[in-house]
Amino acid sequence: MSDILNLGLLQNTLRTATPVILAALGVLMTDHVGIMNIGMDGMMLTSAFFAVVGSYYLGSWVGGVAAALIAGLLLGIFFAVFVIKFRSDEFIIGVALNIFAGGLTVFLLRSMFGVKGAFSSPDIVGLPTFSMPWLEKIPVIGPLLNENTLLVYVSWLLVALCWALIYRTPWGFWLRAAGEHPESLRSAGISPEKMKYEASLLCGVFAGLAGAHLSLGYLTMFTENMSASRGFIAVACVIFGASNPPRVFAAALLFGFIDALGMRLQSVGFNSNLTSMAPYVVTVVMMVLVVLRANHRKKKLARA
Amino acid sequence: MDNSGRADAIVRFEHISMQFPTVLANDDISLDIRRGEVFALVGENGAGKSTLMNILYGLYQPTGGALYVKGKKLANHSPGQAIAAGIGMVHQHFMLVPSFTVAQNIMLSREPRRSRFFYDFRAAEARVRDLVREYGLAVEPGARVSQLSVGLQQRVEILKTLNRGADVLILDEPTAVLTPQETDELFEVIRRIVREKQMTVIIITHKLYEVMAISDRVGVMRAGRLVGVHDTRSVNERMLASMMVGREMLFSQLDRADTQGEAAIEVENLQVLDDRGLCAVNGISLSVRRGEILGVAAIEGNGQSELAEAICGLRPLRGGDIRVLGRSIRGQTPGQIRAIGLSHIPEDRLSTGVSTPASISDNLLAGKQRRREFALGGLHLRRRAIHAYAQKIFEKFDIRGAGVDAPAASLSGGNMQKVVVAREFSFDSPVLIVAQPSRGVDIGAMEFIHRCIIEKRNAGCAILLISADLDEVFRLSDRIVTLYEGRVTGRFPAGGIKKADIGYYMTGHRQQEASV
Repeated sequence: MSDILNLGLLQNTLRTATPVILAALGVLMTDHVGIMNIGMDGMMLTSAFFAVVGSYYLGSWVGGVAAALIAGLLLGIFFAVFVIKFRSDEFIIGVALNIFAGGLTVFLLRSMFGVKGAFSSPDIVGLPTFSMPWLEKIPVIGPLLNENTLLVYVSWLLVALCWALIYRTPWGFWLRAAGEHPESLRSAGISPEKMKYEASLLCGVFAGLAGAHLSLGYLTMFTENMSASRGFIAVACVIFGASNPPRVFAAALLFGFIDALGMRLQSVGFNSNLTSMAPYVVTVVMMVLVVLRANHRKKKLARA
Repeated sequence: MDNSGRADAIVRFEHISMQFPTVLANDDISLDIRRGEVFALVGENGAGKSTLMNILYGLYQPTGGALYVKGKKLANHSPGQAIAAGIGMVHQHFMLVPSFTVAQNIMLSREPRRSRFFYDFRAAEARVRDLVREYGLAVEPGARVSQLSVGLQQRVEILKTLNRGADVLILDEPTAVLTPQETDELFEVIRRIVREKQMTVIIITHKLYEVMAISDRVGVMRAGRLVGVHDTRSVNERMLASMMVGREMLFSQLDRADTQGEAAIEVENLQVLDDRGLCAVNGISLSVRRGEILGVAAIEGNGQSELAEAICGLRPLRGGDIRVLGRSIRGQTPGQIRAIGLSHIPEDRLSTGVSTPASISDNLLAGKQRRREFALGGLHLRRRAIHAYAQKIFEKFDIRGAGVDAPAASLSGGNMQKVVVAREFSFDSPVLIVAQPSRGVDIGAMEFIHRCIIEKRNAGCAILLISADLDEVFRLSDRIVTLYEGRVTGRFPAGGIKKADIGYYMTGHRQQEASV
């Protein structure tokens, strides 16, 4: 049993949850303005690729993150222009983004690096890890909170920041008004479209961070389709957490735990095809719970 | 035309015209609104009242003429600039975010801040409390808007415009959604802000007794033109009505024959759920006899829609029973219930009353398409017979439009409603469910529809009338029941209750002890 439930499991939980947390923060921003961005998976994947490109050519992790942010931002703008300005269906644009990202990264992988499947090189600089020596003495917590890469800590900070931004600043109220009742915001002299653009750009930034963590966080390499549908898991976490950052954070941690548990079970001899299903099974169960909870609430109201 | 108010005109329209692609909505309108008056703007649907006010509020740019506010010319202005000039507008559909509190809605875009970035909730509520005290409009700043009654939501809207510094307040059909008591309270508020704060109020309405009750002056619009501006004291409702429609014909007595027979609709302890799964109809019992109109008076959302849908078979019964002409409709489809002898004018003609892309003749035919005279062997449609039939109905019901082959979408609201009435009444069913028959139609069409309904009554039909318009309920009904939260709160014979008192039963403040 201790082979399965040990410190490594928790460390892996944080590691796999982080890109989902960052992606989910992006998805929840657009969700608050009434746009469901299912293109997050493709945005992450493209950003992950450009993080490797930036890190490899500029020789620094800062260059990698910058390239990922620019890629995410550009895709965010692309998404926003089509959905907000041209009023295309957000699901169709999202699907298009995902297909486009898959093709683009494979194409560029071959034309820029001349490889198929995956690209890794000692010249790719990964994200730095941080340690706080005074934490080391505490059992479990110490090793868990130490030795993580930069973006893990950044993601925690961003969860708190996003919560404050959405629920404690005027900007957050405009954001939510733009999603819930855009005409009331317009009649107050603020353009709901402007809020939708800002949310989409922020979404792009978060996609960039999620992608950078994916390819520079632990593995420092890019593989085809390495996002592995985490963008969709992020969407599920946003729905499960009702777009509230701390709750979405908890949902993403749950996902990370299940994912890590799957990998662990695999190492003690479970069939890998079964264990890699785990996070997706959990996602389906989560969605069923959301529906059951909504129905339960309805019934409670009906009795009252 | 009255031009004596030149000196103290706060808003001046000079030869304003508004040409839409197919209609001239405003035709050379010149009008002065005086500081500190209540000005009522009346007219039929499509007369151009809302267009004129939307021009003032900066939502439309006029195609001709000039607009002055406090002596300053406004041209190509946005709503933001109109607000800055002191114009405030309360729309028919409220501009409120349901999940925000009263204070958060009122302060939207003007939020007080703490440490530059953070929303200062306490300061926002304090500011709203000041406003409430200053204008005497009681409302709780911390309450969530979604949990307020419509009347209170309207108050929040008014406070919002006042907070933005408005001194000219435009109210677009403000009483359409209010109970009589709420209307009285609104009028009290209007009088107070005009008297104490020197506000100017422009009120758009089509209820003439309200014009008489609240306004100092009244402007009448007809077909895009301003046909008269008068001191309210110098006119009466009948004069205004004939100015609005351009002919003297209204509010004539409806002839009632004494024909009441056996019960045709019997509802027994009915329970029905609404779309959210909540109990919308909670133990209603009533019956309608032949040759009788039973009017249901209730504020929207108190179970009347679900009641009508249950009788028509559009909503399953959760408990109790309904009998139409003696036969239980439990488990019957809408088609089977229609076959028993029931016709239905649904409350929302656009979504369930007509098929807008289909032609007028197809809409008139709907439900009769399998009859032998229209379909050979029940399959092949006889186009010529259908056309002739539609043409006959078209003329009989005085539908005005581009002919029976035009799509229903090309009709105005009133004429579209006539199509629904014509189709449903031509089944000659002995039982009629009539919901909101004159919602959004002009006075001419309303008069026509009312006459059709009375004719059906006199011919021995049992009619259940559901209407948000109390005037309509009082004018047509032989008996009235009031509903509140899915229960019957009162049963009255026509003339057994005054319009001023019925609101107490519609809001649950009063309730009859024993149900008849």
